[in-house]
Amino acid sequence: MSGFLEPLHYEFMRDALLVGLVVSTMCAVLSCFLVLKGWSLMGDAVSHAVLPGIVIAYWAAVPLAVGAFLAGLFCAVSSGFIKQNSRIKEDAAMGVVFTGLFAFGLVLFSKTESDMHLDHILVGNILGVTKSQLWQTLGLGGLILAVTLTLRRDLLLICFDPGQARVMALPDKFLNYLLLALLSLAIVASLQAVGIILVVAMLVTPGSIAQLWTDRFDRMLLVAVAAAAGSTLAGIFTSFHIAGDTGACIVLVQALLFFGSLLFAPKYGIFRRKAAAGA
Amino acid sequence: MSGNDEMPSLDVEGVSVAYPNGHLALHDATFHLASGTICALVGVNGSGKSTLFKSIMGFVSPSAGSVKINGEPVRGALKQHLVAYVPQAEEVDWQFPVSVWDVTMMGRYGEMNFLRIPRAIDKRKVEESLRRVSMWDFKDRQIGELSGGQKKRVFLARALAQGGRVILLDEPFTGVDVKTEEAIIELLRELRAAGCIIFVSTHNLGSVPEFCDQVVLINRTVLAYGPTADVFTEQNLSLAFGGVLRQFQFDQSTVQEHDGRTIRVLTDDERPLVFGKDGHLEYTNRKEHEELLKQRSEEHE
Repeated sequence: MSGFLEPLHYEFMRDALLVGLVVSTMCAVLSCFLVLKGWSLMGDAVSHAVLPGIVIAYWAAVPLAVGAFLAGLFCAVSSGFIKQNSRIKEDAAMGVVFTGLFAFGLVLFSKTESDMHLDHILVGNILGVTKSQLWQTLGLGGLILAVTLTLRRDLLLICFDPGQARVMALPDKFLNYLLLALLSLAIVASLQAVGIILVVAMLVTPGSIAQLWTDRFDRMLLVAVAAAAGSTLAGIFTSFHIAGDTGACIVLVQALLFFGSLLFAPKYGIFRRKAAAGA
Repeated sequence: MSGNDEMPSLDVEGVSVAYPNGHLALHDATFHLASGTICALVGVNGSGKSTLFKSIMGFVSPSAGSVKINGEPVRGALKQHLVAYVPQAEEVDWQFPVSVWDVTMMGRYGEMNFLRIPRAIDKRKVEESLRRVSMWDFKDRQIGELSGGQKKRVFLARALAQGGRVILLDEPFTGVDVKTEEAIIELLRELRAAGCIIFVSTHNLGSVPEFCDQVVLINRTVLAYGPTADVFTEQNLSLAFGGVLRQFQFDQSTVQEHDGRTIRVLTDDERPLVFGKDGHLEYTNRKEHEELLKQRSEEHE
């Protein structure tokens, strides 16, 4: 057992575990809203679209989060605009816009002198977090969690029935943009740990797992957080022992949890539903 | 809660709505409703029913004209939570992880502080509303585990909990059993007696004279409005529906004298299915079925 816990002897592993837990908790909470609102593709799109924003913010020496938010917003708004003013459907519009922005970001990045590696942006480098990055992730993660959990009932309402929010004169547009802003911020905060590509998994899988386990929202939040945090712990330990890529290991454990739930979850698993139908 | 006990009024004056793609959904629509009425909004698909609803709920702003509730612009009325709506069943995600209690409580959000923590009065209103629609026993069910009629009643309970004085219902009777339909109508009558304006969008013509005292007929504009008996005339309806309404004319049909013209009509507002006295099928067009008629007459002799 002491062999299994060996990673805890290294400070960089302890930092990695802390960052991983914060990032996975934050992404898990947001993922519940995203999968319920039908915004899973939005998580994918925004996570790619933030790249040019991050590079430009780096050039302009403003906080990377600001650039990421503006780029994410641009992606969401322009996809909506194309859908409303042409015969192109929204998912297609979004696909074109976010891949275009991502490519633009790659070109900008290749013209940038920095000590960041492209593959760290794409798949993260959780074992190499510096102390300042650690504090930034903790701060940002805490902020996102606090705002999301405080306003969770309003955010849930605009996922479930935006019409009801408007009829009661609640600020539904503001809440939509707030959710988008939280998503962009979460992506920035996760970059260091899992990178742009794998953050999509962190923002979709935990909510989907939880949806298979419960049909109450507060329980869904708990299940999602537990699944994400558990996957992160298991993924980091596994990656240490098999010397595999850490971000990929975390996401792989999540995916396995998802397929296990899909088959065996007590109420909505495929086998349980079949058993219920047969009875 | 200040304004919620006064008698509401709804004034739609010269409203036109154009969408960004240039489509003119509604042109110069005008009608007025005073408190204490159940009014049907009747028209074909694409006649602007949902656009009119959206402009009353403030989802779209008219390019011309105005909507006033209690003499106030829509935005002010919404702030007083005067408008409640019951969505169509198709617009709701029934898999959503919320219970009957949760959905009804959403009607109270406007009255709560920003943390949306229910106070005693909110819980009482929710319980009252659920009891009133006989859904209290189902309060812990996830909404997808309900029948069509129960689903509808949950959203009615939410409108009650909100205390709306202008209540908009979109196709309230689709997928609803007859017993629930009667219960809903009874509840709407109580709300009318309490002074509410109940505005019901429907294409179910048969039910309109049963429970609506007024009708607004629309097809891209308001064709007629007023008491049901005045508006629901054959002339107005053919104006609203054009060739869309299906007819069954007895003198051209296969229905026969010797059956005493006794028939049973089954319809879900599409083409009616008509059965004769002993349960045989009847047809709308006599000529096409003369062979059949002859055969049947022979059998009778």
